[in-house]
Amino acid sequence: MIKIQQVGYTYETSEYKSIAIEMIDLHVEKGDFVAVIGHNGSGKSTLAKLINGILLPTEGNVFVAGMNTKDDKLIWEIRKTAGMVFQNPDNQIVATVVEEDVAFGPENLGLPQFMIRERVDSALAQVGMSEHMKKPPYLLSGGQKQRVAIAGILAMKPDCIVLDEPTAMLDPVGRKEVMETIEKLNRDENITVIHITHFMEEAIKAKRVVVIEEGKVIIDGTPNEVFKEVAKLQDMGLDVPQVTLMAYHLRNSGINIKEDILTVEEMVEEICQLL
Amino acid sequence: MIRDITIGQYYPSNSFIHQLDSRFKIMASFLFIISLFLVNDFYQYIPVVLFIVLTVKISKVPFKYILKGLKPILLILIFAFGINIFLTPGEIVFSIWILDITREGLYQAFFMMLRLIFLITGTSLLTLTTSPIMLTDGLERLLNPFKKIGLPAHELAMMMTIALRFIPTLLQETDKIMKAQMARGADFESGNIIKRAKSLIPLLVPLFISAFRRADELAMAMEARCYRGGENRTRLKVLAYTKKDIIGAIFVFLYISMIIIVKVYL
Repeated sequence: MIKIQQVGYTYETSEYKSIAIEMIDLHVEKGDFVAVIGHNGSGKSTLAKLINGILLPTEGNVFVAGMNTKDDKLIWEIRKTAGMVFQNPDNQIVATVVEEDVAFGPENLGLPQFMIRERVDSALAQVGMSEHMKKPPYLLSGGQKQRVAIAGILAMKPDCIVLDEPTAMLDPVGRKEVMETIEKLNRDENITVIHITHFMEEAIKAKRVVVIEEGKVIIDGTPNEVFKEVAKLQDMGLDVPQVTLMAYHLRNSGINIKEDILTVEEMVEEICQLL
Repeated sequence: MIRDITIGQYYPSNSFIHQLDSRFKIMASFLFIISLFLVNDFYQYIPVVLFIVLTVKISKVPFKYILKGLKPILLILIFAFGINIFLTPGEIVFSIWILDITREGLYQAFFMMLRLIFLITGTSLLTLTTSPIMLTDGLERLLNPFKKIGLPAHELAMMMTIALRFIPTLLQETDKIMKAQMARGADFESGNIIKRAKSLIPLLVPLFISAFRRADELAMAMEARCYRGGENRTRLKVLAYTKKDIIGAIFVFLYISMIIIVKVYL
């Protein structure tokens, strides 16, 4: 689905030069759910923009469904295939009414009117916002706005959605709404999800976690594999889910407990077995 | 205080006028403005008054609401009235100090004031009965033929839509910045005009910076959603003329004929 081949990216102006991505090699299969975690300035947002063709790699190539993002003729096809949701919900809603905003993408694709209607209705239903169809966006909560933004992408029928810290500006309720929506889309619609986040509780919901630091992939694996590396993650200044951290400390104090525990349920089960 | 501002002041209803096509309403408003400038005597205002009263009645917009729209232009009205009453030469009725009030001046002042009032009430009916999206949409479609001579019709309409979309967002933000500054001891309410204007600087600077940042992000988000200008773009809601617009057109035609008849024969 997405092939990032030996990609490097350098921001360059006349005054300064900063390497955002040193070298990343990453393949994402169709239907996968990848969480990308890393520090501020680790290059994770740059990575997201490279997939959507907003930025073009200074080294290497990015392929979306076999299309090179450097190919000018394919850029709109690429953006249609790999939709992107940004951090600030306010700054990505274009229209004054929810349904008009969701229609923005399909309108740009030049679809016939009846098809736009169909897609808007189904996209809004998928994110559970059908009842707010006629509302102006500023009356919605942050989580609702972000779901509208996701619907706006869904209406273009993408195979893949890249979410660049979609929950960073939301309250816990909004965060939960958005996470549930993302999980549902991956599970029910088989949409490939690349979720960039700095919340570890969100990362454990993914099928695969990629840790990025200074423009390089440091750890790549299932959530269990990645969060086992408690010491390594903490060295980088990243959080570890609380339960995992607890297991880590228990293990260090000599208790024979599994090291890849991610949820409270797993922890309860493990402790019960020990007792 | 900031929340009270209603831009475009759309009055939602389902009246006959609301259901008319926005393109028709824009054109009708134009004709109405032209007709106002054809009128050159008091008695010729009779069809104008009839037209306004009738359309307002049909639109179901309360008269009070329309009169409220006159408040912001009160100053202009008074100014125009003053200029006309004092500066029109003619037969002097009486003078105050160095100012002479002439018979022609009085006539002209009242005539002009009525014209302005009718102009505002008539045209505000357009924004009151047409939702902002419909209005920009109608404008875009009406300006479309001028694209050939280089008028960016789509871009203009898109700019208006985005402006309308961001007005509430920026108002909320202004409110937030104001409160943040007030919490740190800023004073926006006391002092003379100059002092108060100065105290607005720490409010405007962050507001502008954030507006530019928003614009940047919005542009990126729009491109990510395949926006590439008006070319080949379709619409979710397509404007279409209906039978109602024909009835509306007949109504406007009758009004214009009345103005002409009154002008020619009375």
